Amino acid sequence: MRNTCFEMIHLLAKQDERVIFIGSDLSPGLLGDMQEEMPDRFFMEGISEANIIGMAAGLAMDGFIPYVVTIGTFITRRCYEQIAVDLCLHDLPVRLIGIGGGLNYAPLGPTHQSIEDISLMRSLPNMQVFAPCDAEEMKRFMPETLKNKSPIYIRLAKGYDPVISDDSRGFTFGKAITISEADESENDVLLLSTGIMTQESMIIQKALSKENINTKILHVHTVKPLDSVKILKEIYQSKLVVTLEEHTLIGGLGSSVVELLSDSEKEFCMSQIMRFGLPDKFVEDYGTQESLLLQHGLDADSITKKILHRFKD
Amino acid sequence: MLNTKIKESQEICLDERSVNLREQIIKSVISAGRGHIGGAFSSLEILRVLYDDILNYDPKDPRLINRDRFILSKGHSCLALYVLLAEKGFFPKSELSRCFKTGAMLGGHPERDKIPGVEASTGSLGHGLSIGVGLALAAKIQKRSNKIYVLLGDGEINEGSVWEAAMAASKHKLDNLIAMVDYNKVQSAGSVDSIMSMEPMLDKWTSFGFETIEVNGHDISELKEKLSLERTLSKPLAIICHTVKGKGINEAEGNPEWHYKRVDESLGENLIKQLKDAL
Repeated sequence: MRNTCFEMIHLLAKQDERVIFIGSDLSPGLLGDMQEEMPDRFFMEGISEANIIGMAAGLAMDGFIPYVVTIGTFITRRCYEQIAVDLCLHDLPVRLIGIGGGLNYAPLGPTHQSIEDISLMRSLPNMQVFAPCDAEEMKRFMPETLKNKSPIYIRLAKGYDPVISDDSRGFTFGKAITISEADESENDVLLLSTGIMTQESMIIQKALSKENINTKILHVHTVKPLDSVKILKEIYQSKLVVTLEEHTLIGGLGSSVVELLSDSEKEFCMSQIMRFGLPDKFVEDYGTQESLLLQHGLDADSITKKILHRFKD
Repeated sequence: MLNTKIKESQEICLDERSVNLREQIIKSVISAGRGHIGGAFSSLEILRVLYDDILNYDPKDPRLINRDRFILSKGHSCLALYVLLAEKGFFPKSELSRCFKTGAMLGGHPERDKIPGVEASTGSLGHGLSIGVGLALAAKIQKRSNKIYVLLGDGEINEGSVWEAAMAASKHKLDNLIAMVDYNKVQSAGSVDSIMSMEPMLDKWTSFGFETIEVNGHDISELKEKLSLERTLSKPLAIICHTVKGKGINEAEGNPEWHYKRVDESLGENLIKQLKDAL
């Protein structure tokens, strides 16, 4: 996904002179071809996130579309006020690309584990939040970044994630994608997931179908703006609603869905909803992304068991 | 040397135009109830010279692509900017009497998309120079000859982000970027020297790769002369403007109490009288 995103920036830059790449202090040789072909639109600016965001704002004010890339925790936490004031208050088309969303940087500890980035970004007015499930979805999304007029935070998962998205399901920024095995209008279980957790959703869906539980997935790649109409429609047709995210339970997808329900005029029993995510604390262990997901009960098996337990209740 | 500069900026007598602009600011503050008088008065001659003699702009087309950009990074000095923008015709002067009120165009800090002529929304300090770096790069890429001026406060440059921006400006040889420091030696809590000394000011900017010059920030002819100098170096320029916080009002000069001050009609009238009597 990471490489695809960078390749797409280069491709878009060839098509559109407004595209600018700004990195902080990334891998040597990253986008070397782009640097060679268009040196005036390639910037590697050093470890200075606050300045990079302001600089991107200045470029965007004069018509450019800067793609700013660095590690997820740094691009969200370090320069939060610059994002709020320089980008969001001015409502500028700057693309913030956070490498290593979620637990991707598992071995590197809490300074690098990006577990509250979605919450931070979605609470800012004008900011939009996108978390794709794989490289192919990233490809479908990137042309949108030339058209969209407001800032977007793009959460990258690691490279070489399995491809689970399918062109035949279509793609529209801001619209959740339905993944359903049966064409039922009523769902026993509705799984709402974002980012790579949709991979887990698909495993859970298969496991539940073996138990004759009709399960529909809504892959919510765009956490903001949320596809409220579709999400509410599906929720009201479901017996149990489950949200999954590789993110703290404060302020992410699960919170968005609960907020949506709370603001809806139609009645909904909150005991019909289960939220799966990370607890409100810094991750205390190292390992791999998979091992940390397992440790926090965010693997398909653990979630399936909890859903079955609740569903059978 | 520094003491001489301070003395020189204190000794400058304000001319009729500077007094008139201050009168408009005081009237706005009376109407609003309070305002950042100290910084507005220290910045005023810098802004006056920029808008009278230096900047290329068209009030009828505030987003003209080839205009010079001016960013008031120390956004709290906005009253000085507002009176000049109104005078130049960016918006009606009547807006000055509605400052900070419900439904007003002019707030306590400038906002880009609300106020014609304002390039960047500022108020939180340490943002303007980075935006200026982006605008200067944009001009270079698009091969435009316009310049970008950023006015910073001396307290503002406590912020580390300013020095990140300074490094970037120097790295990219942004000779179209001019950072001006309103060096009035007083920040909100007290003297800059006691809170976070920025000395040696000139050496700091020089060591960050800027061409540097000093100017008496209340001396109209010196400001005009230094701002009009033909430049030959491929470097950004830093102009350290020695100013007096609250310039023109005896009790306000160099007094941090006047950083953000409540002014009623009676006090305001006394201030205007004091300014006029000194002419």
